[in-house]
Amino acid sequence: MKRLGYFLPLGILAVLAAYLAMGLGRNPQELPSALINTPVPTFQLPPIKGQKKGFSNLDFLGQVTLVNVFGSWCEACRLEHDLLMNISKKKLVPIFGIDWQEPNPMAGPAWLKRHGNPYTLVGNDPKSRGAIAFGVTKAPESFLIDKTGVIRFKHTGRITKALWNETVWPIVQELKMQ
Amino acid sequence: MKFTSLALFFIVVALSTTSFPPATYAVDPSEILDNPLLEKRARHISKDLRCLVCQNQSIDDSDANLARDLRILVRERLIMGDTDYQVIDYVVSRYGDFVLLRPPVKAITALLWLGPLIFALIGVFSLIRYFWRQTAAAKNEDEI
Repeated sequence: MKRLGYFLPLGILAVLAAYLAMGLGRNPQELPSALINTPVPTFQLPPIKGQKKGFSNLDFLGQVTLVNVFGSWCEACRLEHDLLMNISKKKLVPIFGIDWQEPNPMAGPAWLKRHGNPYTLVGNDPKSRGAIAFGVTKAPESFLIDKTGVIRFKHTGRITKALWNETVWPIVQELKMQ
Repeated sequence: MKFTSLALFFIVVALSTTSFPPATYAVDPSEILDNPLLEKRARHISKDLRCLVCQNQSIDDSDANLARDLRILVRERLIMGDTDYQVIDYVVSRYGDFVLLRPPVKAITALLWLGPLIFALIGVFSLIRYFWRQTAAAKNEDEI
């Protein structure tokens, strides 16, 4: 019994080490969204140059929406763009774009002209108002909003074809049924 | 001669790097509020909010665009009459507890906050027991 006492500190150390080792394996860049299952926070974004309508938190009611944060400066957004164009062409779900932190007012519109515009509505967000409302840390970032304006899904980074087929599209279909 | 000029060179280099740190401040002069009291509160709040782009800097320290926009947002909310708590709550409701550089005391962080205290208590307890036993052993020897 007394011998066992000597090994106690070693045991505590082992438990602590195992616990901390688990933490090492986690990706600190991947944050859980504080906003899942909460209504979209209040915000309002003006349109980008050349378009008539931006959007606000009130524009989500009545349909399932995919919100996509992008910028002309964002390389991964370019990689994601073809998928968004496909979604838009097939009319799978309306996509609202948040054009985030453009270096100048023409950069976003020019980028959409060059690569195509998959967005039903685009909001201009030079001061991160929309991005902060959604708790965005980097682009691209995407959210699924249900018919009642509640955030149901968040993905940081590019939506790949696999992610769309296996995760996002099934959620869209489920939300549409509700 | 060559040696002294070389030494001089090193002294100049050493002085130029040690006594004059580059004056870089993340907070841009244009962001600073006219009201010094509000500005002081804004700086205080900003120092506790994590820059989510660089993660181990506060938004007060960071030059990232998102940090700048958050600093401006903090100031705008203060002007609108928010309390410090309301401003912090606004940011936390969007980014989660992770945005706080000082983790809040909650059930999930209890071990983090109380852990050191628990270990200190275990240490003190074992020390007391150790000395108590030693004195007890010494007493036994005396009696014999």
